[in-house]
Amino acid sequence: MAHYVLTRLLSLAISLIVASIVIFALIEIIPGDPAAFMLGINAQEDTVAALRSELGLDASPVARYFEWVGGMVTGDFGTSYTYRTPVTEMIGERLWISLPLALIALALSTLIAFPVGILAASRRGSMTDTVIMGFTQLGVAIPNFWFAMLMVLVFAINLRWFSAGGFPGWDEGLVAGLKALTLPAVSLALPQASILARVMRSALVDTLDEDFMRTARAKGLTRGQAIKRHALRNAMIPVLTIIGLQFSFLLAGAIIIENVFFLPGLGRLIFQAISQRDLIVVESVVMLLVFAVIVVNFAVDIAYAIVDPRLRRQA
Amino acid sequence: MSTYRNLVFGGLLSGVFICAALISFLWVPYDIEALNIAERMRTPTAAHPLGTDHFGRDILSMVMIGARTSIAVALVAVGIGMGLGVPLGLAAAANKGSILDELIGRGNDLVFAFPSLLIAILITATFGPSAVNAIIAIGIFNIPVFARLTRGSALSLWKREFIMAARVSGKNSLRISVEHILPNLANLLIVQGTIQFSLAILAEAALSYVGLGAQPPTPSWGRMLADSQTMISLAPHLALAPGLAIVFTVLGLNLLGDGLRDIFDPRLRRGRS
Repeated sequence: MAHYVLTRLLSLAISLIVASIVIFALIEIIPGDPAAFMLGINAQEDTVAALRSELGLDASPVARYFEWVGGMVTGDFGTSYTYRTPVTEMIGERLWISLPLALIALALSTLIAFPVGILAASRRGSMTDTVIMGFTQLGVAIPNFWFAMLMVLVFAINLRWFSAGGFPGWDEGLVAGLKALTLPAVSLALPQASILARVMRSALVDTLDEDFMRTARAKGLTRGQAIKRHALRNAMIPVLTIIGLQFSFLLAGAIIIENVFFLPGLGRLIFQAISQRDLIVVESVVMLLVFAVIVVNFAVDIAYAIVDPRLRRQA
Repeated sequence: MSTYRNLVFGGLLSGVFICAALISFLWVPYDIEALNIAERMRTPTAAHPLGTDHFGRDILSMVMIGARTSIAVALVAVGIGMGLGVPLGLAAAANKGSILDELIGRGNDLVFAFPSLLIAILITATFGPSAVNAIIAIGIFNIPVFARLTRGSALSLWKREFIMAARVSGKNSLRISVEHILPNLANLLIVQGTIQFSLAILAEAALSYVGLGAQPPTPSWGRMLADSQTMISLAPHLALAPGLAIVFTVLGLNLLGDGLRDIFDPRLRRGRS
């Protein structure tokens, strides 16, 4: 087990280093000097040069890379070019919208997908199965931002149950905040729930044919008991993989959905920063999201080993 | 029975939109660059079966040309993924355990670790929003999908006897990969290609929805949706046509992929996945 965790940790570290280099290099290529952009087209050359040195832009790319990475390790993401506030603070504020959004969506998706997938698998080939699979096919095909627009039309504009967008802030109370996140979370969760339900079903169907399931039934367990005690645990490997991958989809999907609902989360921050050439904000937010995804994938790998002891010995 | 139902239904559904895209090269009902403010935001009529948008442009014509944009971007992106991913996967399998194999494997892991849409946004933001950059951004994430699939399936083929026979007859690993491994993977690649094609259409729609795909005046489904959003309470029908076009195309391609897989691999036919 220790060896398995160590090799995973090593690949985690390498992924993070390469990711940071790729992101930094990409941002370096972005045309447009942030200093010139901030001062406008009438700026004097020496003013631009002064601002460049104030922002630390005149240092070599290698030096700036190490300063950026070194800062992030100690929790200092630099200072926004545009707002002159610490990026850590800006991210902190936005994270309290994006993270709950992604987590609520993940929880919703899992809560919907598990029972639906299990039901479809245990009634394989029946009418119930066909109908459920039909709905999941549709769910996979619907772009989440379009689904979000339709929900705004129905629940915000016609029924007026929810507001069409914006975020009141958590100061207004938990209920108000959660209410503002409901439509966005549902629209994020729908396609993910459909994918997860399909994976759950096919993983379960695979294990239902295994010999140990026949043994379990022969022992006198009912079908439901056998699924609960033996099949589910074996079906968890592919399901866990997908849940891990979904976290990354949800984070990226949140960027798009935040645009639909005008939520001031990390996604809006990235778009805003790109258009203002606030590159330090862009690279830090992207790195943070990639970091989150890589760490979650690492956690999933470790979770495999806990669920399936066979994997510990292999690696 | 249900096998052919998927195949036929999926083929018909995606076929409609592929035909619409092809026809749009020759003919569309209205010129979409001619603005007609007097006819703006009409609900569907006989003259405009899907209505008109905020500039008075015919929605049906826009959806047809939008199909062209979406399908072209997705097709080229998947082509890049296959064109680079399959040779990488073949090379990795042929040299199993070598440094090359290890490098390709690690590279795949790395690309998978990135949230694809996020990096696509970064790439299009870096190099400017355009259809070409959207293609590159989507294409990059298709490479590891095909590389992994090819490597995994090629490895099991390399253990088979007919490959051994080819080796004994003096063929080198390049010739074996191209002449014997690749043809045996064709079915698998076609199925995966169909699925990736539908995912690429969704990705293109998302990118152009946030303004990072094909630029105006080229119509694309994603941007039509973005345009319709501000007018959704006045003219909800504007949001329906492009959205349904995306759903039907993606649904059609997914069903087609399922149908093809069932035919190529009859063992799976008994309702497995």
